[in-house]
Amino acid sequence: MGRVFNLIFTVDFISSVIRVTTPILFATLAVLLSERAGVVNISVEGAMLISALMGVVGSAYSGSPWIGLLVAVLSGIIYSWILAFFHLRLGTDIILTGIALNLLASGLTVFVLFLLTGDKGVSTGLPSKVLPNLKIPILKDIPILGGILSNQNVLTYIALVSIFVINIFLDRTRLGVYIRAAGEAPNAVETAGKSVNRIRRTALILGGIFAGCGGAFMSMAYLSMFTKDMVAGRGFIALAAETMGKGNPLLSSISALLFGFADALSNNLQLFRIPSEITRIIPYLLTVVALATYSGRMQDKDRIPM
Amino acid sequence: MPDLIQMKEISKVYGNGIYANRHVNFSVREGEIHALVGENGAGKSTLMKVLYGLEEMDAGEILINDRPVVFHSPQDAMSLGIGMVHQHFMLVGSLTVMENVVFGYESVKGIFIDRKTARQKVLELSELFNFKIDPDMITADLAVGLKQKVEILKALYRGAKVLILDEPTAVLTPQETGELFNQLKVLKEQGYTVIFISHKLREVKEISDRISVMRRGEMIATVNTEDVSQQEISSMMVGSSSSGIIEKDKFPVLENRLAVSNLVWTDANKKKLVDDISLTVGAGEIVGIAGVEGNGQDELIEIITGILKPDSGEVQLFEKPTTGKSIRDLRDMGMSYIPSDRMTLGIAKDMSIEDNLISIMLNNKSIYNFNLLDRKKIRKMAKNLISDYSIRATSEKTEVGMLSGGNIQRVVVAREFSSGAKIIIAEQPTRGIDIGAAEFIHRKLIQLRNDGCAILLVSADLEELKRLSDRIIVLYNGQITANIEDVLNVSEIELGNYMLGVKKQSDAEIGRAYNAKTK
Repeated sequence: MGRVFNLIFTVDFISSVIRVTTPILFATLAVLLSERAGVVNISVEGAMLISALMGVVGSAYSGSPWIGLLVAVLSGIIYSWILAFFHLRLGTDIILTGIALNLLASGLTVFVLFLLTGDKGVSTGLPSKVLPNLKIPILKDIPILGGILSNQNVLTYIALVSIFVINIFLDRTRLGVYIRAAGEAPNAVETAGKSVNRIRRTALILGGIFAGCGGAFMSMAYLSMFTKDMVAGRGFIALAAETMGKGNPLLSSISALLFGFADALSNNLQLFRIPSEITRIIPYLLTVVALATYSGRMQDKDRIPM
Repeated sequence: MPDLIQMKEISKVYGNGIYANRHVNFSVREGEIHALVGENGAGKSTLMKVLYGLEEMDAGEILINDRPVVFHSPQDAMSLGIGMVHQHFMLVGSLTVMENVVFGYESVKGIFIDRKTARQKVLELSELFNFKIDPDMITADLAVGLKQKVEILKALYRGAKVLILDEPTAVLTPQETGELFNQLKVLKEQGYTVIFISHKLREVKEISDRISVMRRGEMIATVNTEDVSQQEISSMMVGSSSSGIIEKDKFPVLENRLAVSNLVWTDANKKKLVDDISLTVGAGEIVGIAGVEGNGQDELIEIITGILKPDSGEVQLFEKPTTGKSIRDLRDMGMSYIPSDRMTLGIAKDMSIEDNLISIMLNNKSIYNFNLLDRKKIRKMAKNLISDYSIRATSEKTEVGMLSGGNIQRVVVAREFSSGAKIIIAEQPTRGIDIGAAEFIHRKLIQLRNDGCAILLVSADLEELKRLSDRIIVLYNGQITANIEDVLNVSEIELGNYMLGVKKQSDAEIGRAYNAKTK
């Protein structure tokens, strides 16, 4: 046990927590935007997966990681737009559509990968680029904090800044207030002459941008390639993080950090000759435990009868 | 005075072939308060939805200042100065008052909402109309009366000159109603026109200049308020005159059916919502509970009905404690419950009348045949109840959600009263339903009382409490402030004082709410 604690309280470990939290954080922000608008978006998972592949493809063919990122974000947007089209325009069930799109993403990425590389598992055949890490001046010289926060990936910084941007966006801008209202009291929005569907579509598409960033991080920072089903449930973990954070950007991000911690722990515990089959359970187990305790507490408080 | 709005020969047919409005003529003069009355399902709301652009009419025309207009959406109506305050508020709870008022019509500064201008506009408007409201309060935290003010401000901010208020007093206390009426008078003085939907005749009489009465989708008459009595309006609404007083036999209470002793319940914020309440309800007695919403009535009822566990204290049915008993056990002991939230707790709205009627007796062998539901028998039973309780529906297979409010409540009452109830917990049994159904439910309650049933009645309608109750217990802040035995001679003002905690009876008087005679 002592060895585990020695592991947890190192700068390297905490730094790695931030790193592995990044994709969960992006996914959480994507989920949060649609959830606040009143759409349960379970297909962030698929959006990230497609974006991860498209980022690799974009950067490999253009030779620029930035174009790769752009392609990834555009894929996230298009994917979310398709979800919005089916759910909002054609009136399909959001959960069923989400499942269908997730399955599509899982199959389609393998198919495209095979077309381009002849490989069904990894994209090592593609000369893809990675997004750079940044050394932040001043910050990097502060002891401990510098070690934790400096020299992270550029997308990690974008994710961290996005928390605060989204917070202000929801609180103070017109569109942000409309998004909250569309989730909370759609009738009030309709009687004010605004289209709830249009607001929800915008929220989904904004979410797609963050899902795209999350996907790009997976294949162009976390790893330097695309592997089959590499998102591995982070889109779903994000749903839990958003719920535990009650839709508040700051609280939800802290929940995401908790899941990131579990993720990092599971990576590092493999060093202790604990079978990886067991350590890999940790983040998912935590999701179940956290949601169970959380919803138990909620029910107590809200006294939902019967 | 010229007619500002004229609605001519309006007809509206809903998908199920029911005429909601049939050749309705309705006109409103500028600067008047015009009451639109009628039973639930009479077509008042539909007519107003047509005027507000929420529903499109199938025939007829609307003239504003003698010019024909066509409304496809509320925006069209709003642009011509017609605003509506809905019965169910269209507010976003997490937003502040000012954010709600300007919602959809915000001015912006750069990328942010211009809160300074918004706050100023809200303050200006509230001053102009004598509304006292803090623009920075979170709307969800406001009392119902204040939420309604926000809705009115919202309509005024959007430029309404004609305000349609859909049953505005249904959710208000007498004091809040008085305040609303004062404000409506201020609006009238400033040249605004108010259309006031209601079926509380006393209020209509008090506030309106003219009254239009609808019945079964048709306009019966438009009259000057001063020319008619409440009785006359009432008979126009129901088609026949209904009597005010119900005969009640007086007899001594012999046994306690329901006894509640020293109940305490504290919420998550450590607030004592039920604070040491003791009371009894005897066989053949109707005990009324009065109180401003949120003073512990809901929690008291939830504890009695077994939904909530008390922190301390005890509930007894037939002198047996109910601690640890399930809701099923309580029902088997003879308790029936008419919940105030009939749409979520009272019925399953997507299911048929028939299935709703049997929903509390699914453990009863008599409706089964070889362990399968005996549909024939159930249908027969449902048909009987539908005719006994005058439920207006095409068949026993009709989805309950398709019925009007009054008929939905008739379904709930039919189920609860026909189950051999010995103790009835009736929570707002006639709120928001038409006079016909309310009258019917009142008579049924009295009849059950005379047959020896113990009835606990929670109501926001003081007239109803006075009419039915043998005793009235007033709750304030989770405590009993009065146990009124001389129900007929207590004034509403006095009840109001107990409800607001201005006055409190002596401990000895309050102690008589718990009648320990059976011990």
